[in-house]
Amino acid sequence: MATLDHYLLLSAVLFTIGTAGVFLRRNLITILLAIEIMLNAVNLTFIAYGRFLGAVDGQIIVFFVMTVAAAEAAVGLAIVIAMFRHRGSLNPEAFRTLKG
Amino acid sequence: MSGELALFYLFGGAAVVASLLVIGQRNPIYSVLLLIASFGALAGLYVLLDAPFMAVTQIIVYAGAIMVLFLFVVMLLNVPAEAPIDHVELHEPQGARWLGGVLAVALLVELGWALWRVVGVDDGRPVADAGQLASVLEIGRVLFQEYAFAFEVTSILIIVAMVGAVLLTRRDSGAGS
Amino acid sequence: MTGDSSMLLWIPLLPFLGFLVNAALGRRLSRGASGGVACTAILASFAVSATVSWPFLFGAPAGAVDQRLYTWIQVGDFVATFALRVDALTALMILIVTGIGSLIHIYSTAYMHEERESEYARYFSYLNLFAAFMLLLVLGANFLMMFVGWEGVGLCSYLLIGFWYTKPAASNAGKKAFIVNRIGDVGFILGVLLAFRHFGTIDFQEIAAALGPVAPDSQFGVVSLIALLLFVGATGKSAQIPLYVWLPDAMEGPTPVSALIHAATMVTAGVYLIGRNAVLFSHAPDVLVIVALVGTATALMAGTIGLVQHDIKRVLAYSTVSQLGYMFLAMGVGAFGAGIFHLYTHAFFKALLFLGSGAVIHALGGEQDMRRMGGLKHALPVTYWTFLVGALAIAGVPLLSGFFSKDEILFRAFQSGHTWLWTVGVLTSLLTATYMFRVVFLTFHGTSRAGTPAAPDVLVADGAHGPSHAGAGHAHLHDAPPAMALALLVLAVGSVAAGYVGVPHALGGDNRIEAYLAPAFGAGSSEADGVEAGTPETPGEAADEHGATLELGLMGVSVLAALGGIGLAAFFFLTRREAAARAAARFAGLHRILLNKYYVDELYDTAVVTPLVAVSRHALWRGVDAGFIDGSVNGVGTIVRQGAAALRQVQTGSVRAYAAGLLLGAVMILGYYLWR
Repeated sequence: MATLDHYLLLSAVLFTIGTAGVFLRRNLITILLAIEIMLNAVNLTFIAYGRFLGAVDGQIIVFFVMTVAAAEAAVGLAIVIAMFRHRGSLNPEAFRTLKG
Repeated sequence: MSGELALFYLFGGAAVVASLLVIGQRNPIYSVLLLIASFGALAGLYVLLDAPFMAVTQIIVYAGAIMVLFLFVVMLLNVPAEAPIDHVELHEPQGARWLGGVLAVALLVELGWALWRVVGVDDGRPVADAGQLASVLEIGRVLFQEYAFAFEVTSILIIVAMVGAVLLTRRDSGAGS
Repeated sequence: MTGDSSMLLWIPLLPFLGFLVNAALGRRLSRGASGGVACTAILASFAVSATVSWPFLFGAPAGAVDQRLYTWIQVGDFVATFALRVDALTALMILIVTGIGSLIHIYSTAYMHEERESEYARYFSYLNLFAAFMLLLVLGANFLMMFVGWEGVGLCSYLLIGFWYTKPAASNAGKKAFIVNRIGDVGFILGVLLAFRHFGTIDFQEIAAALGPVAPDSQFGVVSLIALLLFVGATGKSAQIPLYVWLPDAMEGPTPVSALIHAATMVTAGVYLIGRNAVLFSHAPDVLVIVALVGTATALMAGTIGLVQHDIKRVLAYSTVSQLGYMFLAMGVGAFGAGIFHLYTHAFFKALLFLGSGAVIHALGGEQDMRRMGGLKHALPVTYWTFLVGALAIAGVPLLSGFFSKDEILFRAFQSGHTWLWTVGVLTSLLTATYMFRVVFLTFHGTSRAGTPAAPDVLVADGAHGPSHAGAGHAHLHDAPPAMALALLVLAVGSVAAGYVGVPHALGGDNRIEAYLAPAFGAGSSEADGVEAGTPETPGEAADEHGATLELGLMGVSVLAALGGIGLAAFFFLTRREAAARAAARFAGLHRILLNKYYVDELYDTAVVTPLVAVSRHALWRGVDAGFIDGSVNGVGTIVRQGAAALRQVQTGSVRAYAAGLLLGAVMILGYYLWR
């Protein structure tokens, strides 16, 4: 029987993978993908908790998370496209004009 | 080992491997496709957790819409494969990258530790009457009664995102940026 | 008579209103209007003063009339009321200030007629303001009120001395007067504070009452210290040693100012201070000795300096210092009435002498050097005769006012047992007659020396006839115009007649002024026995046949001194002018010392002024202000700037770095909570 702890640990692992991806990749789109991984890990946590606490709210929250993730992906990709047009590169290090 | 546990390991493992590959390998098209696989595994996990509606929604929205969007963008921008790590361009500072990586591991350790310490919510036995839980009727009822406001706000959010996306990618037609 | 009156406030208020009018509207008023406003204000004040003083002069001189206006300060135990009080002494003082003040205002309307209208109005506004403050000084019922007036007259003195402020000598003289006065004021303030601490009050009557039953200090105690500190203030205001140095320089101001402020009124404030606190000073015999010594020494020193000065106004200035010394001598031997009597007669003849010299200067188009005067006796008859009357009065020739007052002082000095003081006093009397008649002979007699080429140490001409009349070339050699002549004549009459209120018993008079002033100097509780220890003496009872003979004898000596002085002056400056030049050459060293005023100014400059300026410039300005204060303020800015520059490094522009920061924070916070 898979306990709650199993699911939570799995979620933690996925979250960490996503975090590492944000820092280690040099491609803006891949970074966005890593962010999606993180969001999914969180979704898993919510549904697991919802299941083991006997409430349906967990699924509701995931519902909203997905919606927001969709919006965020859309806008994020739009920004990436605009920035690509500006700089011709997808390397996040190419956008350092806000350096103090 | 019970079937459920086996399935858990199966789907869980698939998700982890796919995610690792997403961030591990360099071709962005492969990354997107691998992520779709990861989502599929997660959908399976949702089903194991008696949330079939969410599983289906995950496939439809995430794998079907968002990832397709990513794919479109990747193809639009003709994103090349990422250069290997030893070809460092633009004299970028490497510190942030490696610090981030280390910190991610640290985060994992902490989360594990947190799990170790936490007293179990219950002994892990699933709650009876799971069918009630999973019903779409139930989801719909809660969604449109208790979370009605959030629902409406989310719709506004989607409109904003749509307008924003259109505006951001509009090409200058010579009338100022 | 004792009681309350609501009229007292008008006495200082009327000139103050005159000041306001001239200050606010002066630019738009014609000369006649400005002068008219000012003269009306002071004359009205004189009228009120006369009304208030009448009961004291012709009724009973005892008691006092109060006017309490409001409680000004109330902090803990300290209560200071805005209160005015008139008693016999104050009544006399307000009459002097407003009476002679009015004459000088009228004189000024003619003397200053060449000024621009705005300057004319400014002059009269200052003159009115001065009168207001001086009246406040003498009317004050407590130390704080007096101090307001004290400081106010100091301010007006500065404003009026430096009236022609575009002339550096004038503005410097104004500053010098103000600063030297300030030094004296430190003593005054300390004395007042100590008095409050000791008596719990600063009201004059209350202090006198508190001291009534107390015996005088047998050694130098708190009361003596208070008296000494107040005397320091008096030396500043009344130009005694060591703070007299401002008065000769003050001659840079217009001559009527010199007459009013530096002869008749402001400089007498110190003498008035001691008179007002007669009971206090009587309880401090050690301090009285100091007062007498300082007064006598100053009188002698100033007399010697005045003997050789070439500027007519300088001679008169030193003469004032010298006569003030006499007044302090009188106060010092306990003859408070005699000191005030001399103050009163001196006001007349000194003002007369100054105004007369002003007429001469005016006629000669700004010339002040006596070596270029002469032969004016027939050209300026009114001026000459009135000036002569003044000179006779100050010399102490019998039948004129100066004789009675000066003689009273010398007699009391002898009586006090300090024969040395009397000797020096007589010697100074001789000097006074000599230097005064030197002025008379050099200025009015002989042949005119106008147009003589200027000697190397010539003084700059009086600024009233500044740029428009260049030096001695332009002279409207006419006698004083009516406004000026009126003042001269009235003062001349006063110089003769004023003394008759104090004819001593030895000559058959009844010394009315002494009796009149006596209640003002006594404590309220000791009216019954006037010769109790600690009360100022009333000499009336002390005169018996022995006393009369002695007094007549002493009188004879001083008359001889006066006539002798006149004779000396006549010899050296009327008949044998060459003898003067030969004597000057023979005693060249002494002559130079006297001419340079014993080098006191130079001494002060080296000992006090230069070190202070050096400390101010290098330590205080460069070190503290520019270095420390500016440095701290700028330092704060520098620190902020450098701190910001350091902190700015965090903004690398790389979003990933920011994200790493976020993650670091999250990890740490999580770790912290896990740790607990």
